[in-house]
Parts: sequence; C-alpha cells; structure tokens
Amino acid sequence: MSKYYLNYLDELESESIYVLREVWAQFENPVILFSGGKDSIVLTHLARKAFYPLNIPFPLLHIDTGHNFPETIAFRDTLAKRLKVELLVASVQDSIDKGRVVEEKGKNATRNALQTVTLLDIIDKEKIDCAIGGGRRDEEKSRAKERFFSHRDMFGQWDPKNQRPELWHLYNGAHFEGEHFRAFPISNWTELDIWNYIKRENIEIPSLYFAHKRSVIWRNGSWIPFSDFLQLNDQDEVVEKKVRFRTLGDITITGGIESNSDDIDKVVLEVAAMHSTERGNRADDKRSETAMEDRKKQGYF
Amino acid sequence: MIEINQLFRFTTAGSVDDGKSTLIGRLLYDSKSIFEDQLDDIEKTSQKKGFDGIDLALFTDGLRDEREQGITIDVAYRYFTTPKRKFIIADTPGHVQYTRNMVTGASTANAALIIIDARNGVVEQTKRHAFIASLLHIPHIIVCVNKMDLVDYDEKVFETVGAQFREFASKFLVQDIHFVPISALLGDNVVHRSSQMGWYQGGPLLHILETMYIGSDVNRVDARFPVQCVLRPQRDDFRDFRGYAGKIESGVFRQGDEVTVMPSGLTSRIKTIDVYENQLKEAFAPMAVSFSLEDDIDISRGDMIVRSKNKPTPVKEMVAMLCWFSNSSLKPRTKYCLQHTTNKKMALVAEVVYKIDVNTLSRDTEDIELGMNDIAKVKISTAGPINVDSYQKNRITGSFILIDISTNETVAAGMVI
Repeated sequence: MSKYYLNYLDELESESIYVLREVWAQFENPVILFSGGKDSIVLTHLARKAFYPLNIPFPLLHIDTGHNFPETIAFRDTLAKRLKVELLVASVQDSIDKGRVVEEKGKNATRNALQTVTLLDIIDKEKIDCAIGGGRRDEEKSRAKERFFSHRDMFGQWDPKNQRPELWHLYNGAHFEGEHFRAFPISNWTELDIWNYIKRENIEIPSLYFAHKRSVIWRNGSWIPFSDFLQLNDQDEVVEKKVRFRTLGDITITGGIESNSDDIDKVVLEVAAMHSTERGNRADDKRSETAMEDRKKQGYF
Repeated sequence: MIEINQLFRFTTAGSVDDGKSTLIGRLLYDSKSIFEDQLDDIEKTSQKKGFDGIDLALFTDGLRDEREQGITIDVAYRYFTTPKRKFIIADTPGHVQYTRNMVTGASTANAALIIIDARNGVVEQTKRHAFIASLLHIPHIIVCVNKMDLVDYDEKVFETVGAQFREFASKFLVQDIHFVPISALLGDNVVHRSSQMGWYQGGPLLHILETMYIGSDVNRVDARFPVQCVLRPQRDDFRDFRGYAGKIESGVFRQGDEVTVMPSGLTSRIKTIDVYENQLKEAFAPMAVSFSLEDDIDISRGDMIVRSKNKPTPVKEMVAMLCWFSNSSLKPRTKYCLQHTTNKKMALVAEVVYKIDVNTLSRDTEDIELGMNDIAKVKISTAGPINVDSYQKNRITGSFILIDISTNETVAAGMVI
C-alpha cells in the first residue's frame, strides 16, 4: 500500500478544517455556536487548527438557558480566555424578561425550545450571517439530511425539502441580506469519532463527561441531575449515583448514565460498546417521532 | 483503536421495490451498527404499519414527509464502522425524477452499489444508475443481485444477470466491477456468508467493501492546491508570516518544490508546509495545510498553486457534461456564477450540443431545452480564466457548479470533458 493515504480521523479533520476555512472566506460575520458540550469543543479545536497561527478569527456564541451545569460555564470562560477568542452570550432569561418568549409550565417544562428565539434574535441583532454548529448527521434522523452549508430564510427557517444540492465539496454560501446560514463542519463524524479524536488530540473537556458522584433523580429512563431548576414531585427520590453524561445541554433535561468510566480511555471503550444512541437520554427529542425536525424547521440548532 | 483505518464512501440508488433500504438496514443491523433505542422505534413503527417482525427499511427513512409517504426524496447519510474501515453511505432515491439526488450522492463516492432484483434482471433503472456512476466517474461498482431467495438461489440466474450487466456496461468507462448474489431480507451474503449459495466463490458484500483497494481512487500525479484564504497573523512571533491555506486536491507537494501560481503564472518555491504547529516535509491529497513561499508574491482566494512542471489548462471556454438541478430551465445566454474549486467567475452556456435520455442513453440534438434532472453536453464560456483538468483525470479540478445570481440557488453541476 502506498504511504500517501490518511487514516479516517485525519481525513475527517481535513474535511472539517476545509469547511471552516470556506465559512471564513464566504461570510462576513460568522460565529461558532458554543454550548460547552464535546462537539462544540471539538469544533473550536478544529477552528484553532484551521487558522493557526491566527487566533480563531470569529467569536464563540453561547445561548445561555440559565439552566446550566456550573462546570460548563467555568469551562467556557477558561477556554475563551486561553484561546484569546471573543465570547458572545445571549440569554434565554433576557428573552423571557423582555416578553419575547413564555416559559413552559409543568413538570417536564424546559427552556430547550425557547433557545430558538434567543438564537434568532442575536443573529439578527449582531448581523451574524453564518452560525457554525457542532451538529452531526449520525445524531438524529432529520440531521442525516443536513448540508454542510445549510440555508436559513429571513425568518431563520430551514426548508428540508428544498435544500441546495452539495456536490464534491463545492459549498454555495450565496445569500440575501437578512438570511443566514448554518454550517456543520463535523457533519460526517460519529460519536465514537469525536471520542477517538478527543483522546488522540488530548483535548480538554468538562469533568461532567467522566464518571463522578452526583445527586440525581430517575426520570424518563435516565438520571437527571438534581439542581435548583428542577421541579420535584412526591414520587421523585433524590439519590447519590456515580454517573457521567454523554451529551451536555440544559441541566433540567440532560440525563446521565451510570458509569465507572472516569478517564478518556475508559470512555472511548464504553462508547464503542454502547447499545443506545447518545440522544436517547435527551428529553427534548422524545416529545414526538419528528421532534428534532420540527424544531429545526423553526430555526433550532 | 483503528489507527490505519481508512474512510470509504459509497452511494446506493434504488427504490423501495428493489430492496435498497432493506439492504442498508441489513448491513447496519448485521454489523451491529443499529442502537437499541433506534431498534425500539423501528419495532414500534413496524407494528403500527402491520409488519410481521421488523421492517429494516424504516431505519433509512428520515424526514417526516418520507416517513408518511414511504419514499426517499433526498440524499441521506448513514455511518457505520467496522474494525477495518469507517463507512459513509450516501443513500439516494432511484426514480428518474431524482436523478439530481443520485448525481449528488455519487459525486464523492468511492463506490456505487447497484441493486438488481434477480427476478427482473437488468432494467431501465439499472441502466440509469450505471450511467450516472460512470458519468460521475465512481471508481468502483458493486452489483448486488438481490432477492436470490426468490429464485431458489439459482447460480444460472446470477450468471445471466451478470452477463446482461457486463454487456451493457461495456459501453461505459468503468474501471472495476464486482458482482455479489444476496438476499437483503434474509441476510444472505450481506455481512455473513450465505449457506445457500455454495457455488459463489467470492466474499459477502461487507467483505468486498472492507477490502477493496481504494489507494488509487485519488489522483496522485497532478499536484493541485486551490487557495482558500490567506493567513496573516498580527503577532510579533509571526511578523512576516503569510500562510496560503487550502486543501491539497490531488498529488503531492514537497518542501522546496518549484511552484507556479495560476492564473498569474508567477513562480516561487515552497518554504514551509504547515499543519497547525507542525511543519511537514511533504503533504498530499486530501490534507488541509497551509504553504508559505520563498518569495513575496500576490496570491489570493481563487488562485491555484501547482507544481511548475505540471500545470492545469487556464480556459475561458470549455466543453462539459452538465446536470440541471433547478425547477426553472436553463435560459440561453443568461449569466450564471460558475464556482470551480475556490474560484468564482461569471459564465454562460453558449451552446447545448445534445441532451441525453438517461433511460435509453440516446442523444437528442433537436429538443435541447434543459429542465430539472436533464443531463447534456454543453459549451460554456467564462468571463475569466478557470484552471481546469478533465474530470476524467481529476474529480475536483474537473468539476464545477452553476449558481443562479437572481436566486442564489445551485442550479447545475458540471464535469469538464
């Protein structure tokens, strides 16, 4: 075999760096959507590589639901400082206070869906023409059809049936004023690829991804972390468990799994042997069979 | 864990009837790439639809409309990994009205899976899929003769279908064709070897996908580096640094190589090849790198750095095969934006030479209006030079898209002849 070939992680990395550079070249005012989760951390790492020796030439944007893991916020601030990158924060609480959105009611209330309005408002206000996200096609069935460059109309809406065809790697980011794009540089990565890459590149991630002792309650088939934001009812029992999180989102809906994997090697092995998808622990996707597609059409991440 | 594992992209085209979705479902299911919660969903839906057992085809259905109508209307991407390779499947619909989706899925594929119903043999749809695979210059074709269980696993049926396909495919330029008899529904020769077809000497489909040699799929001869952007750090430790960032699309570059910048024709030598904090002695396709050059010359996005001894042809007129994607047909003498690598130029279609009927492959020189899904040979003029290679030689520097400047939509994809 010739020595001129790349292993799959190098090829994925190269593809993602190429997409990030296309975004910078084709748009005036892009941002990286930074949630503090592993995918957006990998994305930020890739952007660091794509533009080195420049600092990342656009801001990180965090849509803050107010219902955060404290660890995530600390991690976000440290990372932005270390990389010398601008950090924009848009707050769902502000959107609620201004009357732009109304908080959901009931035991399963979350601020997940409310984020869309906060996101679209800041895109409008800051004249952001491309929001780079860490969405992956393997995550969810409607994401499987996402483009690398995904058009959003004046209302921030996605029209999945009328997407621009993407051939070879020619990305068409042409748009009219007021419209914007979402770009997904890690579209072709799977959860396991992400973990293998974090391990290979020695990327720092929040401690929440590793097994730790935590107060949790059992709800909808996973361990939901106990926090001030959680509405308890009589049946809920707060217990201490050794858990870790496969995804990080709003603390009220992000379920952990019981695990003893307390370092990266153990996590990679555990993920490789997983029997359910990572979004299986996300209450936001469980509302209906097409919950994600419906939210994405409105302008969700 | 899988250190030297390569990425392998393949495309499938087909309709519900020929078992394409079932085949993909089977491949994922038997290679243990379907998770339990996904399987639970599929089981529930299968029961709702009155299926006995699980309908594996449901796994590949994505969007709401498709789930409701039971059709695949777009390109959906699926992933699975074995200890040997990571696979990306571009799953496309097979009907003639989705030719553009097939073309899209085919554009990045190493291999095309063509599925034939053993009872029907080579039909119009088979021909169309094979034609698109050859038009998009997919290096490998794997013909899956499906539903062997319905023809008593008869070797003669398999041989007849193979002969039909070979005769038909001899008209095309296809480098590498494999044939495998399967039953996607029952799992014969998909992941596991069938116990029903002792006469078949080859490996099951997955084995073929895992071991197929793809080292020569990328052009290793012609060094081409389209510049994406220029990195000019305002930092004391990189005061005079100017990095030309891009992806090597073909060939190999080495430190010290004499290079020419197209279209200006200015020459210099490669001073450093940088990947993040590392400097490399050589780099090759498809690596994303940045170059710094010995001389301070004017280079910007859209230029192409090539080795001085092997240059593409800068042209303002070219002949190409064009696939039309848009609802509104091609308007003669209308200006479009042509995007080729990182370069954009205004362009117009000067002449439609002929249109191809994708079912019969006959050429039509009379009716030359191009509408959605039409494929034609055209002559294109551009407002400035484009650095092209023939698509046959180079799938990246030989391809382009056309963008309608009044809507910003991508309306066509082209391959330079």
